[in-house]
Amino acid sequence: MSKGFSKSSVGRKVLMALSGFFLISFLLLHFVINFLSVFDADLFNVASHFMGTNWIIQFIMQPVLLFGVLFHLIMGIYLELKNRAARPIKYAMNKPSENASWISRNMVITGVMVLLFLGLHFYDFWVPEIVDKFVDGIWDQPTKYFTHLVHKFEDPVRVGIYCLSFVFLGLHLLHGFQSAFQSAGFNHNKYTPLIKKLGNLFAIVISLGFIFIAVFHHFNSH
Amino acid sequence: MSTLDSKIPEGPIKDKWTKHKNDINVVNPANKRLIDVIVVGTGLAGGAAAASLAEMGYAVKAFAYQDSPRRAHSIAAQGGINAAKNYQNDGDSTYRLFYDTVKGGDYRSREANVYRLAEVSGNIIDQCVAQGVPFAREYGGLLDNRSFGGVLVSRTFYAKGQTGQQLLLGAYSAMNRQIGKGKITMYNRHEMMDVVIVDGKARGIIARNMITGEIEKHSAHAVVIASGGYGNVFFLSTNAMGSNASAAWKIHKKGAFFANPCYTQIHPTCIPRSGDFQSKLTLMSESLRNDGRIWVPKNMDDVKAIRDGKKKPTDLSEEERDYYLERRYPAFGNLVPRDVASRAAKERCDAGFGVNATGEAVYLDFKSAINRYGNEKAHVLGIHNPSGAKVTELGEAVIEEKYGNLFQMYEKIVAENPYKTPMMIYPAVHYTMGGIWCDYNLMTTIPGCYAAGEANFSDHGANRLGASALMQGLADGYFVLPYTIGDYLADDIRTGTISTDSSEFNDAAKEVADRLEKLISIKGTKSVDSFHKRLGEVMWNKVGMARNAKGLTEAMDEIKQIREDFWKDVRIPGGVNELNPELEKAGRVADFLELGELFAKDALQREESCGGHFREESVEEDGLQKGEAKRNDKDFTHVAAWEYKGDPREAVMHKEELEFNDIELKQRSYK
Amino acid sequence: MDLTLKVWRQKNKEDKGGIETYPIKGISEHASFLEMLDVLNEQLISEGKEPVAFDHDCREGICGTCSLYINGEAHGPDRKVTTCQLHMRMFKDGETVYIEPWRSKSMPVIKDLIVDRTAFERIQQAGGFISVNTSGNTQDANALPIAKPMADKAMDAATCIGCGACVATCKNSSAMLFVAAKVSQYSYLPQGQIERKERVLNMVEQMDKEGFGNCTNTGACEVECPKGISLEFIARMNKEYLGASIVSE
Repeated sequence: MSKGFSKSSVGRKVLMALSGFFLISFLLLHFVINFLSVFDADLFNVASHFMGTNWIIQFIMQPVLLFGVLFHLIMGIYLELKNRAARPIKYAMNKPSENASWISRNMVITGVMVLLFLGLHFYDFWVPEIVDKFVDGIWDQPTKYFTHLVHKFEDPVRVGIYCLSFVFLGLHLLHGFQSAFQSAGFNHNKYTPLIKKLGNLFAIVISLGFIFIAVFHHFNSH
Repeated sequence: MSTLDSKIPEGPIKDKWTKHKNDINVVNPANKRLIDVIVVGTGLAGGAAAASLAEMGYAVKAFAYQDSPRRAHSIAAQGGINAAKNYQNDGDSTYRLFYDTVKGGDYRSREANVYRLAEVSGNIIDQCVAQGVPFAREYGGLLDNRSFGGVLVSRTFYAKGQTGQQLLLGAYSAMNRQIGKGKITMYNRHEMMDVVIVDGKARGIIARNMITGEIEKHSAHAVVIASGGYGNVFFLSTNAMGSNASAAWKIHKKGAFFANPCYTQIHPTCIPRSGDFQSKLTLMSESLRNDGRIWVPKNMDDVKAIRDGKKKPTDLSEEERDYYLERRYPAFGNLVPRDVASRAAKERCDAGFGVNATGEAVYLDFKSAINRYGNEKAHVLGIHNPSGAKVTELGEAVIEEKYGNLFQMYEKIVAENPYKTPMMIYPAVHYTMGGIWCDYNLMTTIPGCYAAGEANFSDHGANRLGASALMQGLADGYFVLPYTIGDYLADDIRTGTISTDSSEFNDAAKEVADRLEKLISIKGTKSVDSFHKRLGEVMWNKVGMARNAKGLTEAMDEIKQIREDFWKDVRIPGGVNELNPELEKAGRVADFLELGELFAKDALQREESCGGHFREESVEEDGLQKGEAKRNDKDFTHVAAWEYKGDPREAVMHKEELEFNDIELKQRSYK
Repeated sequence: MDLTLKVWRQKNKEDKGGIETYPIKGISEHASFLEMLDVLNEQLISEGKEPVAFDHDCREGICGTCSLYINGEAHGPDRKVTTCQLHMRMFKDGETVYIEPWRSKSMPVIKDLIVDRTAFERIQQAGGFISVNTSGNTQDANALPIAKPMADKAMDAATCIGCGACVATCKNSSAMLFVAAKVSQYSYLPQGQIERKERVLNMVEQMDKEGFGNCTNTGACEVECPKGISLEFIARMNKEYLGASIVSE
């Protein structure tokens, strides 16, 4: 790899795409496991317990994931600031909507909204889990996950915030999914339209799916 | 008495160039580094020359008034570039290309130069392909050719409708490589203001930095002028807004003879003027005449009705239309050469039959072609007795396939659908065959000063064939000048850097500064453009497509009058030491106002009709050719090279007699 | 038609500049946008004011000199045209029209509406060429067949006119469409293979040095490009760059 790669505009763009791909695959996994909770609490507990206690996932994948999230986040914000600085004097009259979608132009907004949500989400699920395992040292609780999940979705405000956040996540994915392919250098007359369709489908399924899960547990917990 | 030595090498025409290259002096590579060459203009000729000279080792300084060499007006050439490659196996050869070019130029070009042009034409294609120019290809991967402008073989290479752009970008890329290496110093947004002559030799230029207004002195051992043609003397032309004759005119005033200024090509298929605000004219490819029929109404009542919007052209029946080219030239019809088609359009419009508001437009109608193609297509598809609507639909599809991009361009500019209503066209000034006189080595009558591309009086005689301008520009720049300039520079290896502190440089710089100061302090009442428009009107009406002694004499006086008015009453806002587009324009228009007068004088002197130059007094008087252009080979088989004497009308003519040993002179007939 | 023009005026590079308002009357809808500006300038000259400086040359959409940001869009509201090809029939009588220069840190204003695009020159000089000297003896043009689809792709990329609309319109002032067009042109051709890797590395490095922003795939450049240069070429450049980086030392 050339020395300048990670400092170059194109290199960083490729890295954004690669971290994006990684986060997309994580999202898919996360979604699949969560979706289990809708029709089988036990299966959900088994899967969650595996994820929570398997040492490869805990000590290799979890730090990698954290790094991926942080990298995507920090690089995204850094590039946004740099890009803004590339035009110190703004147009008095500008019509950006004439040539590009709102979503593609505002990845930083949807991204930051998702980030804010992550704070809440970590507080809700990740922090208690870490406290359980690393502070209290209790690793073997194979049935706690479903109860915890349902308990969290009792509060309608929290469900509302979650749903809204999933909308932002969906918007982010609507552009991000196909954009990552373009950044990584894949653009093909035949396949790119397919990728765009797949990206739209993915964004919709993921966001509506998560919303469905949250709403489902909210109404089924009573 | 001629003082001109064309330096044509001895020997048979096919050996002249090879022999010449063997005989001339060569500069040793180590010495080339010590020699500076200035190139003014970065189009095909200048860009190619700058890159090639730098590759050879010379220290090149290149100047362009544009913000990048890539924007020189060569970029606008559409059709293609000729080369005698004979890839189509249709019998093309160096001789045939040479023959076609001399004949197309109406036997007013220099044989030896044209032969050399044909000889190196193949090398140009090889060079451009090696540079990555994406010429059109066939499915087998080999280069495609198209036929062009009345020649009998397919020898035109092309890159869509943007051949000039791609060739220029090729030369530009070669320049960039040398700029990156520091072998070319590029001066963008710089305009050459004068040439500096030291001890009788061109030793540098005075240039103006167009951003700061600073007057700069640049020295060199030789100066190449590749600044293009002077079509903008007509105000309206297909040239770029900035295209100008100033560099050529400045060297003319310092001793370079100006040859055949009256040879101008007026292209028949341009989009007409739509009002007084018009700033330039847009060319549409000549190929449209393959399928379009040109006409105006027969009756004046219909003309008036159309202009008033009471009738549409499609309302007129066949009997009410005058297909004047088909009427006058039954053999060639709508496919007569550019000069003939242009003059015929002007004749009809002058008689009052012009079909738009300005009275300067004729119709180019595709209805017949649409019907013909539609019926053919229906037949192919096995549709018997197709309806009129079906025929039109099928025919329009065929036309779209052939000319879609041109029709779209027309619609963008005129806002009329040319599939449904005839196009309007009118001739416009396009290219100038005349220019700075140069010898076989491309050196002007100033030692050390060279002229290349459209700026020189070129290889096109009195008329240029389609796709030959690109060929000549690149031939001069890539394959002629790099050799011939060495012959002169071989004497300069011990000269060393030329100081710009000499009195010659200082005087020239002061003269330039004084002239700018004078221009800006006139503080009159009228804009530069208003004078340019007045000049253009005189040029177009009296020195345009058809010329006569009376008109030309009047034109000389009128131009002189405009020039005097200009120097009394022009208003140039802003200052000298800043970016000032009005000041730039003023300097160029001042030069056009002198050149225009010499142009008219040259046209007045040439009492014959040849190529793009048509004298109403010199027409065939009887027989089949009655009314057509009549060349006078006995008295005018020469180049008229004008020496500046302080006032354009005082210029002295030197004749270079043209000898035709390899081609027989014949009359062109299109009846 | 009558219009109100809001034009950016700036004396020189150092000047702060600002928007001036000029009413203009009686413009023909057949006039081109630049001809409308010619009329404005004639009007300003007759009033003893300094005319508006703007870049223009060929006025037929090929030289790439004209460069105006009109009513919030590069080269104005029409598609696949340069400013010189934009006609006044695209505007309504009585409309207010904003006319601004390209805005980018890498393309500073020189005067009024004229910007400095020499950053593009330096990018080209960094590698936008095939290193071949002029000689009468390069191999025959047909010695190396090139598949038509490849030649056509190269041509599509090569139609870029270097106007800078992509930079002007991109929310990040990214020059990637411009650079990608040149990188792609040569990458499709056999002649371009030998220097393929150094070319993309060097051109991207120079592009970054010039301070252009980063591409975020909004696609605005492709929409506003007067020649319709495709985003596909940016993807191609990314791939070229990635490949070249992996194998380079």
